[in-house]
Amino acid sequence: MDFELLPNLVTFFPLVGVLILFFIKPDNKVLVRWVALATSLATFGISLVLLQNFDASNPALQMVTNLPWITVANWNISYYMGVDGLSILLILLTTFLTPIALLSTWSAIEEREKDFNIFFLMLEVGMLGVFMAQDLFLFYVYWEFTLVPMYFLIGIWGGPERIYASIKFFLYTMAGSLLMLLAILWLGINQGTFAVPDLIALGGIPAGIQTWLFLAFAIAFAIKVPMWPLHSWLPDAHVQAPTAGSVILAGVLLKMGTYGFVRFNLPLFPEAAVKFAPIMAGLAVVGIIYGAIVSYYQRDIKKLVAYSSISHLGFVMLGLFALNSQGIQGGILQMINHGLSTGALFLLVGMIYEQTHTRDFDVYGGLWKIMPVYGTIMLVVTLSSMGLPGLNGFVGEFTILLGAFGSEAIGSAWYAGLSAIGVILAAIYMLYMYQKIFLGPEGSIVETVKEHGHALRDLSVREIITITPLLVFIFWIGLYPKPFFALIAPTVDNLVAVLQAAMH
Amino acid sequence: MVPVNYYIALSAILFIIGAMGVLVRRNALIIFMSVELMLNAANVALVAFSSANNSLDGQIFVFFIMTVAAAEVAVGLALIVAIFRSKNSINVDEINMLKG
Amino acid sequence: MNFSEAANTGLFFQLAPLLVFLPLTGMLINMIFGGKMSEKAVGTVASLASGSAFVVSVLLAYSLNAVHGELHTIPFAEWIHIGTLQLDWTFRVDSLSTVMMLVVSGVGTLIHIYAIGYMHEDVRFKDDIKRFRRFFVFLNLFIAMMMILVSGDSYLMLFVGWEGVGLCSFLLIGFWYDFDTLGQKSTANAEAGKKAFIANRVGDFGFLLAIFTTFWHFGSLQFDSVFEAATAHPDPVVISAITLFMLIGVTGKSAQVPLYIWLPDAMAGPTPVSALIHAATMVTAGVYLVVRSAPLYSLVHSASYIVAMIGAVTALFAATIAVGQYDIKKVLAYSTISQLGFMVAAVGMGAYVAGIFHLATHAFFKALLFLSAGSIILGMERGHHHLAHGHGDHDDADAHHDEEVFDPGDMRNMGNLRKQMPITFWLYMAGTLALAGIFPFAGFWSKDEILLDAKLHAEHFPGVYWLLSLAAFMTAFYMGRQIWMVFFGKERTEVAKHAEESPPVMTVPLMVLAVLAVFGGALNLPFDGFHNLGHWLEYTIGHVEGLPLDLGVAGISTVLALLAIFFSWLLYGKNPLKEGQPDPLKKPLGFLFTGMENKWFVDEGYKALVITPFEKLAKFLSIDLDWNFWHDWFHDSVLYAGFKWLAKFLSEPVDMGIINAIADKLAEWTQRSSESLRRMQNGFVRSYALSVLLGVVTILGYLLFK
Repeated sequence: MDFELLPNLVTFFPLVGVLILFFIKPDNKVLVRWVALATSLATFGISLVLLQNFDASNPALQMVTNLPWITVANWNISYYMGVDGLSILLILLTTFLTPIALLSTWSAIEEREKDFNIFFLMLEVGMLGVFMAQDLFLFYVYWEFTLVPMYFLIGIWGGPERIYASIKFFLYTMAGSLLMLLAILWLGINQGTFAVPDLIALGGIPAGIQTWLFLAFAIAFAIKVPMWPLHSWLPDAHVQAPTAGSVILAGVLLKMGTYGFVRFNLPLFPEAAVKFAPIMAGLAVVGIIYGAIVSYYQRDIKKLVAYSSISHLGFVMLGLFALNSQGIQGGILQMINHGLSTGALFLLVGMIYEQTHTRDFDVYGGLWKIMPVYGTIMLVVTLSSMGLPGLNGFVGEFTILLGAFGSEAIGSAWYAGLSAIGVILAAIYMLYMYQKIFLGPEGSIVETVKEHGHALRDLSVREIITITPLLVFIFWIGLYPKPFFALIAPTVDNLVAVLQAAMH
Repeated sequence: MVPVNYYIALSAILFIIGAMGVLVRRNALIIFMSVELMLNAANVALVAFSSANNSLDGQIFVFFIMTVAAAEVAVGLALIVAIFRSKNSINVDEINMLKG
Repeated sequence: MNFSEAANTGLFFQLAPLLVFLPLTGMLINMIFGGKMSEKAVGTVASLASGSAFVVSVLLAYSLNAVHGELHTIPFAEWIHIGTLQLDWTFRVDSLSTVMMLVVSGVGTLIHIYAIGYMHEDVRFKDDIKRFRRFFVFLNLFIAMMMILVSGDSYLMLFVGWEGVGLCSFLLIGFWYDFDTLGQKSTANAEAGKKAFIANRVGDFGFLLAIFTTFWHFGSLQFDSVFEAATAHPDPVVISAITLFMLIGVTGKSAQVPLYIWLPDAMAGPTPVSALIHAATMVTAGVYLVVRSAPLYSLVHSASYIVAMIGAVTALFAATIAVGQYDIKKVLAYSTISQLGFMVAAVGMGAYVAGIFHLATHAFFKALLFLSAGSIILGMERGHHHLAHGHGDHDDADAHHDEEVFDPGDMRNMGNLRKQMPITFWLYMAGTLALAGIFPFAGFWSKDEILLDAKLHAEHFPGVYWLLSLAAFMTAFYMGRQIWMVFFGKERTEVAKHAEESPPVMTVPLMVLAVLAVFGGALNLPFDGFHNLGHWLEYTIGHVEGLPLDLGVAGISTVLALLAIFFSWLLYGKNPLKEGQPDPLKKPLGFLFTGMENKWFVDEGYKALVITPFEKLAKFLSIDLDWNFWHDWFHDSVLYAGFKWLAKFLSEPVDMGIINAIADKLAEWTQRSSESLRRMQNGFVRSYALSVLLGVVTILGYLLFK
């Protein structure tokens, strides 16, 4: 078997499921669920084979497919796919989270399940493509492609204001990416190639132009991350999206933004990256503090988690723009951590929402007594999200802050020092949320649910199966992150060497 | 060897018969057959020129035309059957639904 | 291989990871199977888990002694390796860490055993039997985390334990998360847990900054490399920064001014928790950190002085508050803060042996006091229960809810308890005398050593001695006050008359602790040849001058303590407090006593200066700035309205007025012309064919005749 083609197989395998789903009657919900789940699990399996064949010690692109695609005039657009240390973890995160998210929909999505699953698998194709594409044009195609299924996922299966939220989501992202398209075209035409590795090897973009190109890319990615102050689409999208949508949105889609920074902005425009590092770090710090404080004042659980994402991704951005290996490796690992923790948070919030149909803090309280398993799992996830040592969040946050503290590019320890306040604030809003839901006397929701003839039940076996894999990784990364760092280290070291050269 | 003019004449005659058939007959099937006649007239001419010019292009074209004609028969007959089903007639004078 | 051989070859050191894994195993067993186990079994598993950690600690100490205190590090697994950042899970066995291990697991095990009896009753008074198991799960987790803290070989591993014990503290303070301390439904206990966690996080923030500074200046976080690099290039600015950042962490964890505010509230936790975490072990982590970082602190005098002053000020400040408290556990809580102040002051002055010595003795007698207080509270609860359920009313199911709120921990409700609870009384007395520093109890020796150090170093650390002496005086006074109020005089309530003594499962561990509280001073007696602890610690912190007994200092402190007890007898013993009578100190001290009673309004100050502004800021940012301005106004009024205006402008004047008009005219003209042409479309295939034919003929004609 030729393993070189694996990235393509991983990317497009979900389409097999889509094809099968086309021929299944929508009424046959059980079959629809199982086909979608099996497809996503198989995709995960194939991605594990990909990991097996990935040589962690090699910093270069691996398992490359490079075919000419559109060659008109002097445009050399190619179908260029490959994997390296920057993307391998995100690919695995995507294939890992998709089955989990799908499994969580079994009781949450009741209408048009077939369509939902089709869109979801298509979304997976788009996301995987984004992480595998090594050609700017191809990347752009995948990038825009992810918008469509997500638009429908929010717009059809979302909450009461889903249309508003989905359009806002679509337009914000779209608006940003148009600037990126311009920059891509400029690069492709002037440099004669759209292939990212070739562009990096070519180099030689004048500093003045680098600034503009950097900004064009940065705006597109910053909206996606989202960086303060471009975040106002996020609370809407998260609150309105169905649980599985929120999981994927927080878990993977936001990472496309941060990934974009590390994949394109840093290596393509190293001089500009060095120049902008303090500004980006400054915005990241503002985002960390701002997101944390704003989270504290939310009364809607999902909104709180949404705002906390702004804070957490601020950490990722701070790490990336520390431009040293601790910062960037921590940043990449923190992308994964945030996907796991926040994904798990959204899953858990979805599980209680299915029973209570409200996300308003004030009616909750004392659930730990009624739902001990749920309370304990939520506690672990909450602690992971606020960066308790021994859990995954800490490893990421610590390395990021450490990197930023001594970063030459950022140039001052103040940024990291201020960001560390975010660690305090995280404890404040996360514990506040936990207390509101689980501690104290029983909230009014317990009665409300009883009046409807049910009683709050603890997690079902399926729900526990859904959440357990996430918990495993939360502990694994927290206690023994070595294998994860080992995957990204060589590529990042290469990148850091490029950036160091630009700095001096 | 028969001179090429003879073939052309035959072809022209066949073509005119076909054209007249299309113009004057009312039965759609007959019109259809007349169309086939015109196509074959063209085929005759092509084969004749091909042989006269020692070039195979004409004959290749003939094959194309025959294929197209076969396809056309399939589609055309299907259309006629469909029309007959809805109008119970294949008299072209009664089929003027496209009138402007 | 026999036992001593194993010790000499250092084989036992390989057991160090078990310190963490044994308690974790106990935790997992109780977590997974505990639901089906009896309470006794759960308690036994947990106690065994902690007890086996104690056995391991003893083995480690024994082996360490056999190899003459030579430091041993036991690498367990790699952790974070990025560039020059090399962090591993490595355990460190040296004389300092073994002392901590012994204290933590030893006192911890006794408290586990005690808790079997305590929680058995507590869960029944609170009517939630299922929570019994959870308590021991948390307790074992705490021991594991504490072991990571004391046995880590790098600042970061220490930090893992540091935050881990903070978590356990949060969980255990809020253990009765649906009640308040009086057993009423409330969020109060949960709030107290949160407060503790957040105050600790503020401290951890400082600790983190210290870690970052350390790494970027000394290139490592492993203790020995840091100290080596720091001694090689002692940059005073950097080291001052590191030590002061660390001090923020210390004030958080060890409850010093200004972050001590969480510890009194932490008494919301069940009493074994107060004893184990909030008196004996976790809160001393800050002291351990300073001693561990001794090579750094000894390099900068100014930072050391700040540490010592913070300790001394805390010692006095907390002692004054303790005088004005009525809750038996609150008094002990402030006393703990005060005693921690003693330790911090000691280690700040470089008197590491004295600090650790006091840490150990304090662990004994304060755990004893807390647990005895727990026994008293439960005794009161039993009396209360007896009264509530003993007088008929069995048919009234709601009687339980109609009961008046009764505070079993309020000393004003007690009185003459020595009659009802004689064992507890004697145990409490032992603890009190040790805490008050009466010869020859453990506290006397350790406190005296601190005072002596303060006196000797008065030149470099002015003021510390006086503050500490004053604090020692107050200590004896408030303990005397407590004894008179609780055990002497007349019962001030019915409940106190019906209080019952605790069962042996609770009193036996107390007796062990009492023995330690009485004879604990033997660890480090101020006579030549008896500086055991000092010599033991020398292996880690370098040469220590063994202090002799200074009769002057010892005499003064003893006189002060006796005087204080005498005063307390005058005020509370001679004329016992009557029911409803205000505190006799209220009159002579006036507003000063109001301040003591109300903890000098520090909580209110924090609320006004920190919490309220923060909430206002959060409200402003989230509601006004983020939602109303950015999300709604900017989005709706600028982006959306601007787009709408543009769309309207383009659609009405531009599109309809100009572009559409042109198109309309064009369409009109086309329509008119096609009107005339449509007649050609008659629908007959043949006429179309004819036109085609005619067309062909025309074209052919043109081609022929052109």
